Amino acid sequence: MAATTTSAPPPKTNRIGLAVIDYRGGKTTLCAGCGHNAISERIIDAMYEMGVKPERVAKLSGIGCSSKSPAYFMGRSHSFNAVHGRMPSVATGAVLANRSLMALGVSGDGDTASIGMGQFVHLMRRNLPLIYIIEDNGVYGLTKGQFSATADLGSKLKTGVINDLPPVDTCAMAVTLGATFVGRSFSGDKRQLHAMLKAAIAHHGTVMLDVVSPCVTFNDHEGSTKSYKYMKDHDEPLQEVSFVPAFEDISVEYDPGSTVEVTMHDGSRLRLRKLEEDYDPTDRIRAITRLNEAHEKGEVLTGVFYVNPKAPSFVDLLNIAEQPLATLPESVVRPGREVLEQVMEELR
Amino acid sequence: MATTDVALREASGRAEPKHVVNDMSIQVATVNGSGSQSSNSVLLRSIFQMGVPVSGKNLFPSNIAGLPTWYTIRANKDGYIARKKEIDFVIAMNPETAQEDVMSLAAGAAVLYDEPLNLNSLRADLIFYSVPYDKLVAPVCPEAKLRKLVRNMIYVGVVAKLLEIDMGEVEKAIRKQFSKKVKAANLNLAAVQAGYDYAAANLPKRDPYFIQRMDKTKGKIIIDGNSAAALGCMFAGVTVVSWYPITPSSSLPEATIEYMKRFRVGADGKATFAIVQAEDELAAIGMVIGAGWAGARAMTATAGPGISLMAEFSGLAYYTEIPGVIWDIQRVGPSTGLPTRTSQGDMLSTAFLSHGDTKHILLIPCSAEECFSMAQDAFELAEQFQTLVFVMSDLDLGMNNWMADPFKYPEKPIKRGKVLDKEELDRLGGFARYKDVDGDGIPYRTLPGTDHPAAAWFARGSGHNEKGQYSERPDDYERNMERINRKFETARSFVPRPDVVANGSSKIGIIAYGTSHWAIVESRDQLRKEYSIETDYLRLRAYPFTREVHDFVKTHDRVYVVEQNRDAQMMSLLKLDLEPALVTRLRSIAHIHGLPMDARSVTDELMTMEGK
Ligand SMILES: Cc1ncc(C[n+]2csc(CCOP(=O)(O)OP(=O)(O)O)c2C)c(N)n1
Ligand code: SF4
Ligand SMILES: [Mg+2]
Repeated sequence: MAATTTSAPPPKTNRIGLAVIDYRGGKTTLCAGCGHNAISERIIDAMYEMGVKPERVAKLSGIGCSSKSPAYFMGRSHSFNAVHGRMPSVATGAVLANRSLMALGVSGDGDTASIGMGQFVHLMRRNLPLIYIIEDNGVYGLTKGQFSATADLGSKLKTGVINDLPPVDTCAMAVTLGATFVGRSFSGDKRQLHAMLKAAIAHHGTVMLDVVSPCVTFNDHEGSTKSYKYMKDHDEPLQEVSFVPAFEDISVEYDPGSTVEVTMHDGSRLRLRKLEEDYDPTDRIRAITRLNEAHEKGEVLTGVFYVNPKAPSFVDLLNIAEQPLATLPESVVRPGREVLEQVMEELR
Repeated sequence: MATTDVALREASGRAEPKHVVNDMSIQVATVNGSGSQSSNSVLLRSIFQMGVPVSGKNLFPSNIAGLPTWYTIRANKDGYIARKKEIDFVIAMNPETAQEDVMSLAAGAAVLYDEPLNLNSLRADLIFYSVPYDKLVAPVCPEAKLRKLVRNMIYVGVVAKLLEIDMGEVEKAIRKQFSKKVKAANLNLAAVQAGYDYAAANLPKRDPYFIQRMDKTKGKIIIDGNSAAALGCMFAGVTVVSWYPITPSSSLPEATIEYMKRFRVGADGKATFAIVQAEDELAAIGMVIGAGWAGARAMTATAGPGISLMAEFSGLAYYTEIPGVIWDIQRVGPSTGLPTRTSQGDMLSTAFLSHGDTKHILLIPCSAEECFSMAQDAFELAEQFQTLVFVMSDLDLGMNNWMADPFKYPEKPIKRGKVLDKEELDRLGGFARYKDVDGDGIPYRTLPGTDHPAAAWFARGSGHNEKGQYSERPDDYERNMERINRKFETARSFVPRPDVVANGSSKIGIIAYGTSHWAIVESRDQLRKEYSIETDYLRLRAYPFTREVHDFVKTHDRVYVVEQNRDAQMMSLLKLDLEPALVTRLRSIAHIHGLPMDARSVTDELMTMEGK
């Protein structure tokens, strides 16, 4: 009789034949329970499910615990851990050099809202195709817990120090300045963050996601407004976010009265089931007003605040060649002898 | 300034020959923003077209309009184009500086002035010509609001008559200047003619200066160093440019934009380049590094204040080993300093720009030709050594007009350095980003986007091992830093070699670099002719120093290092490199006034130090 062999079931793969493990990175060295680790997990899941080729992705970050995290996901993607607060310029150069890259920037609240504010502002203005994630814990984790500029008024450090300066709202800024996909989420809200990341991958332009990501070591205590507990009590989702990728050709009915559907650049659909009746995520002014209201009310508003899948990106504006500039051949980037001769003649 | 440093009232007293042909400096003193630039270029071009070697130097204030500006044209039959200390012919258009301009002249100089200034009573030992500009301009330019611009053309005509510059050449120069604007050309031409006619009727020749036809500029071009650099970068295949405006560098990226728009847009109408005006120099260099990491030939251009801002990022590029080209068009520091004056004051700080042990390759052009050719060297070296290369130009070179031989089309194909592609990775199976495979210190890299599962590496400014993994191990750190140093040592045999002129018997050597070169050429002749002193000369073209530099110091008793800064910065770099016994042979001649270096000052100082 033929012997029966038992073999392990083949690993589950995505639409390009890769397994989740192909999206993993090095072992994390961040504290156990750090929100940043959960965000790395969500990035892995979203990239896997969207079937993004890891080799196409360029990870970029600044300096901080958050900025270290690209080492802990997507090991098959190139990565650049740059200087503190100035990842946006590095990302800009990389995308201009090779527009076929999918750029994923990871920053911290310190990295973005203090030392990096200048570059953050100009990145948003340019609508560079890039997913920019702020892993926001209200403190400088890596330098041991000083307040950052996103810390809320009245929030308290472990040492008892009270923050008496108003916070920078990176989402309101991003909407104002020209980013075309802006949202806030929470590292502990698996479903929402997952859907938002997938939609981010489908977007062409700057995606700015501020993800509240508690620092268990320096900012998870009573009196902190970026703790797990505080988020549990104050997270105020604007919508229920879901996402239908372009390659999943399923048509699920939805009620246009209660759900806004946005068709993304690649044909995917972002579905936002309204929890607030009149909220329109394509209205910039409304988005800014609503964010300001949230501050007044002391809510932590999450969800997709603004989305515009049609705005031209920086790469479109510069009208650059379809082929990556980085590897254009000499015949294209070095004009012929006759050009030099012509210029010399003009200068004689 | 104007002329305060001029070797005035030197009792030396020049002999006054009747005819001084093709050897003079003309200084035009005007007000910033008065449109004298066109007149000055027309004058410069007319002399150039007559075959006489010429240079033009603009001495301008850091201001848009209303402050004094001087433009100096030097015509010299022997080809000396450095700034000349003595002014022979002043065109005094600026009431505010006219007195000082005149008082600082040496006896025998000629002064062309606006009649109402009444300068002729100031001194008896000068030759004065007065011109009623306002009276002359009205008939040629009925439109009152254009008169201010056309008025300056009148002196071109007067000078043409006095110096015997061919009016045919002047017309040609005007047509070139206003190329497509026929009406403007005609209007300006009429103004020149009015000046010429006035001089012919009213100003009998009393000065000894003449321009006569020669054939020393045949085939040559006139261009500023920044435009030459822009052209060089275009032909070097630059694809990403990021910059933040700062004098005197802005015209480099601006010229790049113009050339690239003309010659680097594909048949499909798409640009084969991206040029971004960044939000500051931090972002400018960040973009260069990001683009270099992704495989582009990327560059930025700046001046001292920008270089200071780029310090942290420069260290990142050095340590992560990312190529990029940075043009430093040096101006006078520290801080804002004299933003519109020239200097070689960034040499030391740029060589070691950033914290920790960092050092960078510097290329040092002295001419428009070298701005063009070194642009290509810079990109080749940056990619070969996977590091930043700084091209140390200066305001004098970058912003002034220079005669140059037509640029040579690059004959060597573009080399992209040690980059592994998918096929090579298939063959190798993988690679270690920071491993010294070839013994030259230069590792292999891959570009983001390379379609191979083993292509990725992690670029980080923190400590890393051969594989690019995070490491705080002392041995990893040390090994890596030693390897990067080996790269620098390797670079010594690849950077542009110095230009050496040696006769084998002189005991005195001169080392200079960049635009100081033009003063040295002339000063060596002065030393020979006036003092019978023969000198050898080495013109540095790069840092790190090559073998020739050591040999040069070794074979001379005394070596004068001539440069345009206070602290003898290049001499300091040399001292760090030379064996201790040779260090004492070095002597410094350093100038910091912000004006292009002149030969006379070098000659005088060298003779004083020689004890003569
Ligand atoms: C130029 C510079 N200044 C200061 C630092 C020190 N530094 C490292 S991380 C950091 C703050 C990081 O805070 P954040 O971005 O919020 O990241 P987190 O660690 O909280 O995730 C600071 C100030 C630095 N690395 N570079
Ligand atoms: S210190 Fe805070 S931010 Fe840093 S790893 Fe630990 S928990 Fe995360
Ligand atoms: Mg933080």
